[in-house]
Amino acid sequence: MNQIILHHIEKQFGQDTLAIKPLSLTINSDGVTGLVGPDGAGKTTLLRMMDGLLSPTQGNMTVAGLNPLDDRASLRAILGYMPQKFSLYENLTVAENLNLFADLRQIHGQTRQDRFDKLLAFTDLARFTDRLAGKLSGGMKQKLGLACTLLGNPQVLLLDEPGVGVDPISRQELWKMVHSLANEGMLIIWSTSYLDEAEQCQDILLLNQGELIFRGKPTHLTQRVEGRVYALKSTYSHRQLLLDALKLPAISDGVIEGNDIRLILKPEQPIEPVIAALPSHDITATPTQGRFEDAFIDLLGGIKQKQSVLTQIMPTFNGSPNDIVIEAKGLTRTFGTFTATDHVNFSVKRGEIFGLLGPNGAGKSTTFKMMCGLLSISAGQALVLGLDLKKSAAQVRQKLGYMAQRFSLYDKLTVQQNLAFFSGIYGLMGRQQKARSQEMISAFNFQSILDKTPAELPLGFKQRLALACALMHNPEIVFLDEPTSGVDPITRREFWIHINSLVSKGVTVMVTTHFMDEAEYCDRIALVNRGKLIALGSPNELKQKVGENATMEQTFIQLVLDSESKMTA
Amino acid sequence: MTFSFARTLTLCRKESKLILRDPSSLLIAVIIPLLLLFIFGYGINLDSNKLRIGVLVEQQSQPANAFLHVLNGSPYIEPIIGSHRAELVQKLNRSEIRGIVVIPVNFAQQFATQHATIQLITDGSEPNIANFVQAYMSAIWQIWLQQQNEDTLTTPPTGIQTELRYWFNSAAISQYFILPGAITIIMTVIGSILTSLVIAREWESGTMEALLSTPMTKLELLLSKLLPYYLLGLIALVICFIITVFIMHVPFRGSLLLLLLTSSLFLFTVLGLGLLISTLTRNQFNAAMIALNVAFLPSVMLSGFVFEVDSMPLLVRLATYIIPARYYVNIMQTLFLAGDIGSVLMINVLFLVIFMVLLLTITIKKTRLQLD
Repeated sequence: MNQIILHHIEKQFGQDTLAIKPLSLTINSDGVTGLVGPDGAGKTTLLRMMDGLLSPTQGNMTVAGLNPLDDRASLRAILGYMPQKFSLYENLTVAENLNLFADLRQIHGQTRQDRFDKLLAFTDLARFTDRLAGKLSGGMKQKLGLACTLLGNPQVLLLDEPGVGVDPISRQELWKMVHSLANEGMLIIWSTSYLDEAEQCQDILLLNQGELIFRGKPTHLTQRVEGRVYALKSTYSHRQLLLDALKLPAISDGVIEGNDIRLILKPEQPIEPVIAALPSHDITATPTQGRFEDAFIDLLGGIKQKQSVLTQIMPTFNGSPNDIVIEAKGLTRTFGTFTATDHVNFSVKRGEIFGLLGPNGAGKSTTFKMMCGLLSISAGQALVLGLDLKKSAAQVRQKLGYMAQRFSLYDKLTVQQNLAFFSGIYGLMGRQQKARSQEMISAFNFQSILDKTPAELPLGFKQRLALACALMHNPEIVFLDEPTSGVDPITRREFWIHINSLVSKGVTVMVTTHFMDEAEYCDRIALVNRGKLIALGSPNELKQKVGENATMEQTFIQLVLDSESKMTA
Repeated sequence: MTFSFARTLTLCRKESKLILRDPSSLLIAVIIPLLLLFIFGYGINLDSNKLRIGVLVEQQSQPANAFLHVLNGSPYIEPIIGSHRAELVQKLNRSEIRGIVVIPVNFAQQFATQHATIQLITDGSEPNIANFVQAYMSAIWQIWLQQQNEDTLTTPPTGIQTELRYWFNSAAISQYFILPGAITIIMTVIGSILTSLVIAREWESGTMEALLSTPMTKLELLLSKLLPYYLLGLIALVICFIITVFIMHVPFRGSLLLLLLTSSLFLFTVLGLGLLISTLTRNQFNAAMIALNVAFLPSVMLSGFVFEVDSMPLLVRLATYIIPARYYVNIMQTLFLAGDIGSVLMINVLFLVIFMVLLLTITIKKTRLQLD
């Protein structure tokens, strides 16, 4: 049986960044081992050390009995490593990439043909051998990467975040492949920041800030919260109910799920006083299954910031909740002969959270960018607050806040300068600008980091700063483009508390996301595939289309697959 | 880990395919060199045609008329006679004329006493042209003196007479020395800029990490980055050579074998530089900026390709010694215009060998099969 043995491994970058704190453990080839943790936890560093790409500062390790640094040649023969980014040549075809890596590993003759046949069948890429790798979808790219890594028939397989940027369908297929490999006895490490993926693993290494905080079966971790997880039903606004519940000291964590909320109580806290303390009288609480993410957040001590100060500094936008504030009518965008968005219709009411979901390359970003005036429209209409984006994009922009993917802050400007810049471009000046910046600074606790640059800050701070910048001019409508990708679960929870508070003030939110649990926060969801709108409705309505107890992820997968078969039929 | 020839070949083949499929590398390797060659060949011309010079005769006299006559007869100068100074100054300001010659009031008396002077005003904002004007005027002045001496039947003044003859480029056509220099620039672009960009791109796209996870060795990696670009450089050399010799009609007096050998030497030097830059930066933008400043600009400014090294200030002249292009420009100009001059070529080749060994050694030292 193959083993990876770490003995007091430690990795330091620069003077004081400790990427991996002293770590000793043994990993066996018994099912898939999950290397789980938020961004910056040290997952990639650990994998690179196992592959011999980085040398540990302290300690030593063996991978299948070999030292990654000294026995590089022998290690290469038995180890497959798939780096985080798609690391194949985009200008080479699928077959050329396979040939290149087969040549590099010196696999020839019949063995080579056999492996090609097997891997192409395994990854279902046989139809695409002549396609340039750069033209493959996110999921297919990862499968090709996996195929190239598997060419050498490795005994040890290290996969660095293979699920990133891959839609739920492709992720499911990847997992199927990896499980079947693990059954053949391959030692597999799958690193991920998606905590729901952890439940697929036999064994979990949970890293946080370079430290191992849990090791064991995922069910062992979820057992921590057993008996403390409740689903609450009520006729009261579920969003307000969550905000109220989170203020109670007995609550460790809480999320929205469809029309209900899930609460995780602190240890030894009964549910009854909680229900009594909530403003609604028709609450029914049922104990429910704990999840890995619940346990993870509980392990880190629950969420700390339980209410958003945004309620105090954002103005209330009055108006009927039946007002339509965002509307797409036959919205179409073509790039050459390719139609990225194809006659999409939807409307968003005041104070709604509207989610745009879809697989990679489905056209959700294109649609999103047209709705906020960043991309010109080929045909149809996009209306925001009754204004046509084709004619009055500038006027619309003054009324909407936009938070881009990866936060688009100026890395060389300090926090203070970023705030000043973004308030300035929205037309705030003088005393008004100062007052607004000051409000944001105290609301988001920026005092201690005013003179730091975003580059020096953790992702959570950057995300809050980006949100503050987008809210400077009191927008009525907020556009969020994958606002939480790469952010750890606790920060994501806190982010959604802010968003929920915004909505309580009458702000309308439009959001794209890859996280299925975040889809639950939306009032309504538009599901897009191949440029077309394939489903529209509240999370519960969509789930019911698929089955009684379907999860959001199962719903997503089923609806997309249904539309695929309809489109190809 | 043992070196594998088959693996090197695979890597080279991959590199070539990537060059061919990436429009930007074809642009850098083919389009830009051709463009440069034609710009240098046709666009830049350091020779002046007939220069327009304003002439102000303050007082008519026999010697003044004789001087005017000589000016009129010069193939290099077109005299524009002005009636007063202000008019000519205005024309100079408008760049209608390139200089003003003033024949003073007392020119005849001065001539009689053998101390004749004229005033020459040139446009210092265009020093190159000003130099030409000055040179032509002193030549004309000499001719006039000689004529005057013959006319007055006095013996010509003794002493050294200047007589110009351009060796190797008897017609003094600037293309003849610019084009061999331009080939140097093109080799530098392919060797340093293209190579550094392409390897930095491998780091950026993450493909380098995938390569490092295969049994590839350091030597194989380096060879796969050197050989395809070396070949590309040679192809560019052949194209440049054909254009220079057969279309621009620049003579080639050296041997082709020496051209190939010295060019290979220079190519490996600049390839080494390009590899080193990208290995150190691992970032396309930084690599391009550094390659531009370390390889490209010095090759243009300090190699003697446009600006004569001997006429540079001492400090700058010393700096040119560390520019490999300087030696290659010298070799190319020698091979094209003079032929196989052993003593000149030897010293330049020696310097190139030193640079090549130095750069490749540092590159090998700095290339690691690890990320840190």
